[in-house]
Amino acid sequence: MNAAVTFRDLRKSFATEAGSTVALSGVNGAMAAGRVTGLVGPDGAGKTTLIRMLAGLLTPDSGSIELDRTARVAYMPQKFGLYEDLTVEENLTLYADLNGLDRTARETRFNELHKFTNLGPFTDRLAGKLSGGMKQKLGLACTLVVAPNILLLDEPSVGVDPLSRRELWQMVRALQETGITVLWSTAYLDEAERCDDVILLHDGAVLDQGSPAKLTERVDGAAWRALLPESNVRKRDLQRAAGRLPGVVDAQIRGRYLNVVMGQTGAAPDLSPIPALKGVTAERIAPRFEDTYLAALRGEGRATALARTHPDTPPTPKTNGVGQPVIETRDLTRRFGDFTAVDKVSFTVSGGEIFGLLGPNGAGKSTTFKMLCGLLPASGGEALVAGFDLGHARADARGRIGYMAQKFAYLGHLSVMQNMTFAGGVYGLSGKLLAERIEEALTTYNLHSYTDTPCSELPLGIKQRLALACAVLHRPAILFLDEPTSGVDPITRREFWGRINAMADEGVTVLVTSHFLDEAEYCDRMVIIYRGRLIAAGSPDEIKSAGGSKDGASLEEAFITLVENYDRDHPP
Amino acid sequence: MTKKSGNKMIDKQRLTGFIRKEWLQIVRDPSSIVVAFVLPLILLFVFGYGVSLDSRNQPVAVVLETNAPEGRDFLASLRATRYLVPRLAVHRGEATTWLVSGDVKAIVLIGAEFGERLNGSVLPSQPGQAPVGAPIQVLINATDANTGRLLAGYVQGAWGTWLTHRSYTTATGLPTLVNVESRIWFNQELDSHKSIVPGLVAVVMTLIGALLTALVVAREWERGTMEALLTTPLTRAELLIGKLVPYFGLGMGGMTISVVVALILFGLPFRGSILLMVLSAAVFMLVVLGLGLAVSTITRNQFAASIIGITATMMPAVLLSGLIFDIRSMPKFIQLFTYVFPARYFVDILKSLFLVGNVWPVILPNLAALAFMATVFMTITVVKTRRTLD
Repeated sequence: MNAAVTFRDLRKSFATEAGSTVALSGVNGAMAAGRVTGLVGPDGAGKTTLIRMLAGLLTPDSGSIELDRTARVAYMPQKFGLYEDLTVEENLTLYADLNGLDRTARETRFNELHKFTNLGPFTDRLAGKLSGGMKQKLGLACTLVVAPNILLLDEPSVGVDPLSRRELWQMVRALQETGITVLWSTAYLDEAERCDDVILLHDGAVLDQGSPAKLTERVDGAAWRALLPESNVRKRDLQRAAGRLPGVVDAQIRGRYLNVVMGQTGAAPDLSPIPALKGVTAERIAPRFEDTYLAALRGEGRATALARTHPDTPPTPKTNGVGQPVIETRDLTRRFGDFTAVDKVSFTVSGGEIFGLLGPNGAGKSTTFKMLCGLLPASGGEALVAGFDLGHARADARGRIGYMAQKFAYLGHLSVMQNMTFAGGVYGLSGKLLAERIEEALTTYNLHSYTDTPCSELPLGIKQRLALACAVLHRPAILFLDEPTSGVDPITRREFWGRINAMADEGVTVLVTSHFLDEAEYCDRMVIIYRGRLIAAGSPDEIKSAGGSKDGASLEEAFITLVENYDRDHPP
Repeated sequence: MTKKSGNKMIDKQRLTGFIRKEWLQIVRDPSSIVVAFVLPLILLFVFGYGVSLDSRNQPVAVVLETNAPEGRDFLASLRATRYLVPRLAVHRGEATTWLVSGDVKAIVLIGAEFGERLNGSVLPSQPGQAPVGAPIQVLINATDANTGRLLAGYVQGAWGTWLTHRSYTTATGLPTLVNVESRIWFNQELDSHKSIVPGLVAVVMTLIGALLTALVVAREWERGTMEALLTTPLTRAELLIGKLVPYFGLGMGGMTISVVVALILFGLPFRGSILLMVLSAAVFMLVVLGLGLAVSTITRNQFAASIIGITATMMPAVLLSGLIFDIRSMPKFIQLFTYVFPARYFVDILKSLFLVGNVWPVILPNLAALAFMATVFMTITVVKTRRTLD
């Protein structure tokens, strides 16, 4: 196995307001020729910096990059430079011209690319009018105009629905068969499993590298699962209880199973201390890639955050409003001109429920979400939150909800303390009460050591904690979360959901949007919105069986089946 | 399959491909067409009609305290001028109230002894009366100094005309001792439009030119297209030429429209050579496009670029180009400051070409200065354009 690209001890710092931040601190690695290497890590790990260096767009402060003599490197940036007011054909032509492809060579190449990307029928469409998935394919096509033998892809699957994501992978595999070496960077751990090799990047350093199989081998024998018996005990209560058992480092609900990762390999978890799980035995399963990541982070001593995920105080489920409908939509419709973005969507969310609003980008979930929050008036039907139409309700009705935006809405140059004071003030908290609440939040969310740090300099995980702390400072009964965990590492994600679960136990109703279907496992119930319509509703298990999936299958597979069925029954 | 293009500075295929892309973007996105063709029209209309240094129909209070027929006669002659609109006040107090409240811009006081003073038989001065020897008194609200000065001139002019006229019609009139005959060159009607509009063309085109390019490089950065461009063999020279050519075309189109509007709508003469006009317009366009490109390249942010573009061009172009305020009457250090702004050179050239003709001693040094500035801005842009993201 020879390396197409080798890099040694790459270092890079960027100047910031407060001195400099280290993006890469001595990164070593290689891309094996003819294989797909996954560059995996959360946002801010240094993936883009590394790729830009390999593409020759950034010079390392120190270290070296060795490329094969015959290397023709092509790079697709995360925000690929498509000109939205140019057509598909014109975009391709531009990149062909810039790369000096002559007329005859161009024609052959374009034909190949059209066939390869299925963009043939859309050559005259403006790039701006393509769907997220199609844009990404066009970006890939423009990158491939030069017929590279090394292809660098920076987060190609961000903002792409599961169907297009699958297609992108098929395309990359097809490219690999023609001998192209591919680097695919991603924050999604399930994608890492599809790669031939993985470079695990965290905080500007390589945590681990090798084939996914080899990496997961290390935690072989640490992953177990137990079939949950039918009972009235809520699954997330079981999850919480299991997470606190001795020797357990991670407990997750996967459909009807409780998946457990142990700190030591070999020994099965003893579930007997949990009354509802008496007599249930766990079976050994193949570890997932995520488990490796957790193990690697644990090795780095970063897993301490995990302990805090599960509060020591036992949950005290409150009954106020629990079971009562809190959020209701009836035939909710929104039209933009001729285009119906949301078409007669009806669902009900009960108090204390974690409810998912899922669907690919552009399906209408954000529009639905905005109508619920009262940010966008409905064209038809109604959306009631706690009995109010938030578009018309007075401020005190709005004070009953908390909102965490997709891009954390903190003020970057203000400190953590200033941001919290501002957020509290916006919701009418002041004086002693505000000071008390902030003090409480600083403790609950472990933010004491950051009170004076400007938010723009916080690590992503901390920013996220702060965003949640700010959103719930005024103790809302209903919490809206818009894509809350995209791009964060698994530990931060667990920590986040631990807190959300705790709030739901206290009777807070949580509505969460996500295009990341793995996340849906955390929801009690969910709806899937596709092409403006509600195409499926129910618990994760119900969705899976509606999608015809077998036990243990992922929601994503169920989702793809549902969407394909819908497309077949309702041709666009 | 890839053509051998090596590291040539300029490759025809790359350049034409890039220019075609820029052109398509211009055609598809109407905003740059609006900036190039509609904005100059709007600005020319607004400034051309709004900014006038002539004062017409200025309200003036007249206090007539005399019964002498000469008094009424003078009032009639005040009424006859198109610059003033006399309004008769009952007494001084009322006139003063009008002046203070801004209803009138000046008071013309025709005192009780108007007739006597006019004929030279005057009593010693008494408090509260017009000074000895002066038959009328004029009080002017000079909060707007320029208008005030003009008004004083108008009243004085009206008085002089009346006196002259009187000396012809009455035997008792004062003989006119000196006769001044003025000749006004280049702008016979003293129409301030004719001196302002050429400068206005320069100001408007400064703004348009800088705005056109200020946005384009920043836009590539903001939309993430620059990163993709950097991965292609496109050179700095090609990037800059590719950005300049289409916007140069647009800018010259806007310039043509402005000149045509100046000639037809504002009735300006054109006394220079058209060839020289095109040449200097082209050089000037390079300066302002270069300024825009430099700003855009440095800031990489459309909003910042447009704000800097406007403040760096519009304000100084209006105030410091000699368009409204004569540069020679500014303090010395401000005069030095004006040399930084390209508009001042073009204003001089345009005034000469429109109103006078090909005055080489005016045009050549100004053109040379513009050529120098174009070089400076282009150099800045080239130096600041990076082929990497560092």
